[in-house]
Amino acid sequence: MSEAKKIDWKGVDDMPEMAVSLSTMRVNKTASWRNLKPIIDYDKCKPCGICWKFCPEPAILLKEDGSPVIDYDYCKGCGICVEECPRKAITMHREER
Amino acid sequence: MMKVIMGNHALSYGAKLSRVQVIAAYPITPQTQVVELLSEMCANGELDAKFVKVESEHSAMAASIGASAAGARAFTATSAQGLALMHEMIHWAVGARTPIVLGNINRAMGPPWSIWTEQNDSLSERDTGIMQVYCESNQEVQDTVIQSFKVAEKVLLPCMVVLDAFYLSHTYEPVDIPEQSLVDEYLPPFDPPYKLDPDDPHTFGSLTDAKWYYELRYKIEVAMNKARYEWKKANEEFENIFDRGYGLVEDYKCEDADLILITSGTITGTARITVDILREKGKKVGLLKIRVFRPFPIDEVRDILGSAKKVACIDRNISFGHSGIFFAEVKSALYNLSNRPPIWGYIAGLGGRDVTPESIIEIVKRTEESDKPEELIWIGLKR
Repeated sequence: MSEAKKIDWKGVDDMPEMAVSLSTMRVNKTASWRNLKPIIDYDKCKPCGICWKFCPEPAILLKEDGSPVIDYDYCKGCGICVEECPRKAITMHREER
Repeated sequence: MMKVIMGNHALSYGAKLSRVQVIAAYPITPQTQVVELLSEMCANGELDAKFVKVESEHSAMAASIGASAAGARAFTATSAQGLALMHEMIHWAVGARTPIVLGNINRAMGPPWSIWTEQNDSLSERDTGIMQVYCESNQEVQDTVIQSFKVAEKVLLPCMVVLDAFYLSHTYEPVDIPEQSLVDEYLPPFDPPYKLDPDDPHTFGSLTDAKWYYELRYKIEVAMNKARYEWKKANEEFENIFDRGYGLVEDYKCEDADLILITSGTITGTARITVDILREKGKKVGLLKIRVFRPFPIDEVRDILGSAKKVACIDRNISFGHSGIFFAEVKSALYNLSNRPPIWGYIAGLGGRDVTPESIIEIVKRTEESDKPEELIWIGLKR
């Protein structure tokens, strides 16, 4: 399967009839409505993968060694990872923009 | 080949002749025979289509959208509460620009439970962007399915073929079922500009913010406007091949008419006979049948009604708190004309009550005798 495409157009007359490839979710970064940002304290994190399992987006990725990385392009700041982390290694911080 | 068939089967034959590839449906009285016959055709190999049994009408439309988005010609059918359950997905079919054809048998909404005809189910879908065509005979039902695919696929909008419960759905009439080769000549295979294809991947209907949503709505209106022309063209081509046709509207003895009746669906046949009866008595009465309701035939309505002295609209539906729905639409179309006729609005036949020539004579008489237009007159109300 090849990479999803994006079609370019100038305006209403040359755009597709339907919302087709207006963009892919690679382009539609959905984190802009985040008010609170989860930050992992890697000193406390003992990579168990629970935050990765619970993240509904999913916006938590696992590195090869199993440690979690938050994908801030898609994390909407729901805080579920903070709630579920058994070591209290994730905390929410006010988003600065 | 002439065959005596019920209105529901006229829908089935229309779909079969259109070589539909996916049928997704859930049974509901009075629609059931439409998909019953199609499922038989699929089972015995007469029709090379996938019949998808679904758990609800919402799913029936959702499956049809998926099929159409993948490039298949999709058909479904329903009635009343079933159509209401499809409502969300009809918006989706329009926005996704999937040219699905939906047969809807007009049935009154409950409660109280009713299985008899009334147009409030289909007219409640007025503002979704689905095209709507109201049929008068079983022949017209079959032919309208074929024409609907032709137009729908040109403008990429779904289309609803509407017929009255029992007066058409379960009434047997002779129908000319054309040769498949002639229909193939008329209706080429469906070939959408974009479709779900793993080798050419696109996202469909994904999150679109205010930057482009507005333009997409505009394009639906452009398509609806184009459909006015496409319906005329589709009908001309149909007439050339099949030697019969139907306009967006039909005007009957309107040219010299002082009073023009407006009807849709099966009340039209009764009204046509009544016009003949009244003409014999020297009354200059005409009839305007509105066949295509969306897109609304504004130009035709203006041209035909512009010269009348009085207009009487018969609605087998009501927008509660306002008036009959065809009445409101016609009145709106006429408003900006400098010379516009006064128009009387009549509610009749709700819940499948008979609308007879006597009812229509009463409507004509009341309109003739009245000096001031009345907008909401209930015909045959028991007091």
